[in-house]
Amino acid sequence: MARAIMSDIKRDHIHKLLSKGKRVDGRTWDEFRQVSIERRFVESAEGSARVMLGDTDVLVGVKIETGTPFSDTPDRGVLSTNAELIPLASPNFESGPPDEDSIELARVVDRGIRESEMIDLTALCIAPGEEVWLCFVDMYVLDYDGNLFDAAFLGAVAALKSAMVPAAMNGKGEDFPLPIRNTPISCTAVQIENSILFDPTLDEEKVAAARLTVTTDENGDIRAMQKGLEGSLTLEQAKRIIETSQRLGRDLRKLIG
Amino acid sequence: MEGKMIDENGLRVDGRKVDELRQIKIEAGVLKRADGSAYVEWGKNKVLAAVYGPRECHPRHLQDPSKALVQCKYNMIAFSVSDRKRPGPDRRSVEISKIISEALEYVVFTEYFPRTSVDVYIEILQANAGTRCAGLTAASVALADAGIPMKDMIPSVAVGKIDGQIVLDLCKEEDNYGQADMPIAIIPRTGEILLMQMDGHMTTDEFNRAMEYGFGACEKIYQLQKDALKRRYAVEDVEGLEEDVPREQQELEG
Repeated sequence: MARAIMSDIKRDHIHKLLSKGKRVDGRTWDEFRQVSIERRFVESAEGSARVMLGDTDVLVGVKIETGTPFSDTPDRGVLSTNAELIPLASPNFESGPPDEDSIELARVVDRGIRESEMIDLTALCIAPGEEVWLCFVDMYVLDYDGNLFDAAFLGAVAALKSAMVPAAMNGKGEDFPLPIRNTPISCTAVQIENSILFDPTLDEEKVAAARLTVTTDENGDIRAMQKGLEGSLTLEQAKRIIETSQRLGRDLRKLIG
Repeated sequence: MEGKMIDENGLRVDGRKVDELRQIKIEAGVLKRADGSAYVEWGKNKVLAAVYGPRECHPRHLQDPSKALVQCKYNMIAFSVSDRKRPGPDRRSVEISKIISEALEYVVFTEYFPRTSVDVYIEILQANAGTRCAGLTAASVALADAGIPMKDMIPSVAVGKIDGQIVLDLCKEEDNYGQADMPIAIIPRTGEILLMQMDGHMTTDEFNRAMEYGFGACEKIYQLQKDALKRRYAVEDVEGLEEDVPREQQELEG
């Protein structure tokens, strides 16, 4: 996210607390904020979920249509992921074509879903080389208080798991649930003066030096990662974030069911 | 579809009478980051509005040294309709944004905040006909929630025509077979019309009846807007503070 202005007094406050091992909202370093997931929030979507992660609010919808496959994958359905940082959600978001932040967000979520093989794309083939199901995942940030990666990822996974393929409407037999094979979970942490904090709030993101998002599958294996921001991580820090993501991922996966 | 949208008892596809509104729910102050916000569920429409400002006007060349600008952006999200809508503004949403901006501009005391912009964002999360009216209704509440000085709130509703009859507040099924559609927005207190569009076919008599229905409905919607603000800002009874007695009066009695 564009480096928004941060008052010195807030910055100092975060640093001072961190030196005592504390966070502004009283959480421990590896504690996520309260998560709530409302499935099927939008009826016009084939699947949808609204996720609140603390005060971060993300709405994700899945639309499924028929279309032509890519020529290099003629027997597989198509997954397309898009994120919109709409100006309703933050004074620092602007309308217009997707900027680098929303593209990074969409691509990190896309990678987690794709690389974990969450969706069985081969089951979304109607006629090889001619017709397949196209699956559009659209993510909208409604209220922004940090850690969009994990809120959007939870939303995307919950929306996909609630999605029905509209076969009847398209004359392709009966509707069926989107074929799901796996429930990947992403966990994001930031490094601030060598402290590691999971699920950063907006204020914590603003003072963070580095960020790491780790997407794990049901076996705890790593399926995707993304390091962000200008600062660095030590190997020890990276390992600690990965291990913790595997542990936290198990708990978050239970929420999605 | 002639003669099918209204049954022999005068009831519509969803069981409403010709002059009956859909179920409307309004909530003020639903977003944390925005300066003001509102959420409206109107039948199957789901609409979110947020207000930022008054703040520095972008683009700069639009700055007006004598007043603030009210810049509204109406947007339908990709999965708000049955066929996925490509993200980004199209001609329809640009037009709707313009007429809503103009309606809101009239009620905001723009002269208080020269060179600034009051930005209003309307996001249609789920669409089922009448989204511009639901959007403007939500935007008015969001402006009030943001504490922007304004003359009044603007309720809005569409009146249409199906089976040769004027009906209030068309739903999606009716809209698909509608013979006319007329969204309006007014200030109920003064009767001023701030938004009016029409397409289709209406006689003068039909127009008069449509306006009668529309004005009546706007009164009701206005009440719902006020109720939403009261629910948001009502103060719990504080001990020692007498209810409903103005402060000056208390002092006099004391």
